[in-house]
Amino acid sequence: MKEIMLNVNGNEHTLQVKPWATLLDVIREDIGLTGAKEGCGEGECGACTVIMDGVAVNACLILAVEANGKHITTIEGLADGEKLHPIQQAFVDIGGLQCGFCTPGMILSAKILLDKNQDPTDEEIRKGLEGNFCRCTGYTKIIQSIKAAAQMLKEGR
Amino acid sequence: MGKYSVIGKRVPRIDAKEKVMGQAKYAADYSLADMLWCKVARAPFAHAKILNIDTSKAERLPGVKAVITGKDFNGWTWGFMATTRDEPPLAVDKVRYLHEGVAAVAAIDEDIAEEACELIKVDYEELPGVFDPEEAMKPGAPVIHAYRPNNVSVEYHWNFGDVEKAFAESYLIREDRFETGRVVTGFLEPPASLAYYDPSGYITVWPAKQSPYFHYRHLAGCFRLPLSKIRVIQPYIGGGFGGTKNDSVAGDLCTVMLSKKTGKPVKFIYTMQEVLTTCRRRHNMTIYNKMGMTKDGILTAVESRVIGHGGAYTAIGPLTMFLTGYGTPVPYKLPNYKYDCWRVFTNNPVSAAMRGHGFTHTRFACDAQMGMMAEELGIDPVEIKMRNAIDNPKPGEVYKAVTGFKVKTCGIKEALKAVTEDTIWADRDKMPRQEGPVSYGVGLSGTAYHGGARQLGHQSCAATIRICEDGTVNLITGATDCGQGSDTVLAMIAAEELGVRYEDISIKRVDTAYTPVDPGSYGSRVTLLAGQATQFAARDAKKQLLEAGAKAWKVKPDDIEIRNAVVSLKTNPEKQMSFEKLTKIACYEGAGAVILGRGHSDYGIDEPLDFDHGTGEGGINFSFTAQTVRLGVDMETGKIDVHDFIIAHDAGVPLHPVSVESQNEGGAIQGLGQAIYECFVMEKGKTHNSTLLDYKMPRSTDVPDIKVIDIITNDPDGPFGAKEASEGSHVSTPPAVIDALHSATGVWFKELPVTPEKIVKALKEQGKWMK
Repeated sequence: MKEIMLNVNGNEHTLQVKPWATLLDVIREDIGLTGAKEGCGEGECGACTVIMDGVAVNACLILAVEANGKHITTIEGLADGEKLHPIQQAFVDIGGLQCGFCTPGMILSAKILLDKNQDPTDEEIRKGLEGNFCRCTGYTKIIQSIKAAAQMLKEGR
Repeated sequence: MGKYSVIGKRVPRIDAKEKVMGQAKYAADYSLADMLWCKVARAPFAHAKILNIDTSKAERLPGVKAVITGKDFNGWTWGFMATTRDEPPLAVDKVRYLHEGVAAVAAIDEDIAEEACELIKVDYEELPGVFDPEEAMKPGAPVIHAYRPNNVSVEYHWNFGDVEKAFAESYLIREDRFETGRVVTGFLEPPASLAYYDPSGYITVWPAKQSPYFHYRHLAGCFRLPLSKIRVIQPYIGGGFGGTKNDSVAGDLCTVMLSKKTGKPVKFIYTMQEVLTTCRRRHNMTIYNKMGMTKDGILTAVESRVIGHGGAYTAIGPLTMFLTGYGTPVPYKLPNYKYDCWRVFTNNPVSAAMRGHGFTHTRFACDAQMGMMAEELGIDPVEIKMRNAIDNPKPGEVYKAVTGFKVKTCGIKEALKAVTEDTIWADRDKMPRQEGPVSYGVGLSGTAYHGGARQLGHQSCAATIRICEDGTVNLITGATDCGQGSDTVLAMIAAEELGVRYEDISIKRVDTAYTPVDPGSYGSRVTLLAGQATQFAARDAKKQLLEAGAKAWKVKPDDIEIRNAVVSLKTNPEKQMSFEKLTKIACYEGAGAVILGRGHSDYGIDEPLDFDHGTGEGGINFSFTAQTVRLGVDMETGKIDVHDFIIAHDAGVPLHPVSVESQNEGGAIQGLGQAIYECFVMEKGKTHNSTLLDYKMPRSTDVPDIKVIDIITNDPDGPFGAKEASEGSHVSTPPAVIDALHSATGVWFKELPVTPEKIVKALKEQGKWMK
């Protein structure tokens, strides 16, 4: 077992982890945050997306020991208490979800996209979501949600 | 839609907040203290006798708590019909497909369980396998199930009208061979379950099921327990689309058996590789289709010979083969029809239901063939569809198909008109046809799907409305929302009927200890049947409330109206009280009362299905879809870029427009996957593309802009006039794409998926390849 430190959603955790445990295993099993999902376990579906030091990553592809000392944001860390983040609110308003399994990863990828580009075109949004698979929606309402979120963020809502 | 307060409104989904916050719990998110992990040991052969299984080494591995094999299930098998229950939870005497489960382990963690699986020693005698259905039908082929020595798991032979005479009198006859692909439903959440067999002999499970009550019956049968001792608690479900999550998988039954043996809770989560190599798939089908027409392009007859690739077990196959023939008489008038089908066992993973069940195969073949015949006859492709399309029956009248089922509303003509008036089709000649190596094409389809699937009594469903004394409402149903949005729609129906606000309704997940039995999510049945049950339950509760209100106001119940949670007197709308006040009167007056409304769906099935003869009603109504597609084909590489989908869908009345649009969009993109991307690459029972990297489903960068147009037909048999939405666009997409590919390349492609390799090959053969 190896000892690591993780800051997850602002909380410091000191953890004993197996050297082969992934960041996703540790977030879900040890810290108990189950918002990040495991779909494929090999970095193809993006359901496990979390933000690590400002970058959207597939938590299933990162060993927990590699994340030692990093700041992680999971979907549980996005809202301000009861108040949804504008991206979350836009997904609710527009209906950018169905089964919801890809939704946490989708929203975190959208956050990184909008952090870098406040006014993305449809093509830029599609490109930004390339690593996040959704079988339910056909992506249309997800793209519309992200456009609406960009507008809300610009208006400071 | 002005007459409704809630129906037709773009309300937020009832589960949206939990889902965007990451708080919705799926099966894999549940844990119990002292829980063990289950892994299934799988066979390395596609067809082999099991001579001996030695589990002793695995049992000795520290951390292993129990090991089971097929024999632990005492001969229990399952399947769709009493005569086809041919599948054991774990293989017993022989394995019939590669990676079939042969044993299972419970250990203190997942890694140890996996290691223990590798220590199980199985002696096999490999048998010759058969992997192609037409080979499997030949005399002398290896026999997969002793009870079906010819390897035919299901066959039907239907004959309506006089096909021979009709062909003899036809001006034009075409015979073509079509093929649909071997594809996966593609849910993102792998099957998982947490199971606990408690010391009093009760089973509690938290499984990923879109039909939890099927699983409940399987558990009762498998463990020989009364249904009252089976508790299935429904987590959120990460997508279904039919097949696997309607059914049980080896892991489901093994976790319960291991929990029984160890006395501890046991959990399993399949890997995506297990999903892609062992879970249910869509049947791929070979369709030999013969179509006759008059000189004017009027359909005279269709004869379809269909070979369904069944894989190793029967599963839901009898229904698949029924539905594959059932959909052919819609949406075009068909006077003579013959259908012969064979579902064939092979040593491949098991085929089962998927969205667009059955219809998708034959509607693709028939719609494409109609396009080919229009071309031969020199008739405009829209015109030929319009000439054959079923007219929308006048209220009170029905269109009766040659097989006997009835159509009460039909929006196909209106849908075809809507998509062909849209600019993508109307201005197609003004758009560039060629830019560099890219040829552009626009295609059209017109298809149908049935909704409210209901064949027999055991598919009944019910709802209870519980009125709380503060004016809020609990809606209790056994229906499963696996993502499609049915919880939202059912809550809207309850609110509309009761006259309360959408936000006053609360709905929770299925718990078989408390919720009424329901068959689950398939056959586009939830909005229609659970919706009707909800409507009836709400009316029953409202009747009780109105009686209490009438007594208080000294009027008749009929004199009172409830709308937007305000109760008023019809003749004097000034006289009002809040819905909350009414509930308090109803609950507290006199000796008090508990207001419970109940209802069950009763849409009659006038004639039960007859699988052997093709007659009867498979559901309560039909949706109709017309679609256009604009795409570009790189004439050098064969790469396809799909630019636009215009979908006009007749869902009767869209109850929740957001969900209707989203279902149409999602269904169409899944259909696009089948048309041009997705197919398992198989070799002697081995799946070569068993990862999401290799098995390609559409990504955000692959999908077109989609416009959905609602066609309103207001069906007399759906709650508030509703019909299905989602399977229709899944069925309409492949033929529309095929038509667009023909428009772009001049080639009719008859085998799905149309990959770049197939395009380049065809272009080379026809001398159209651009280099």
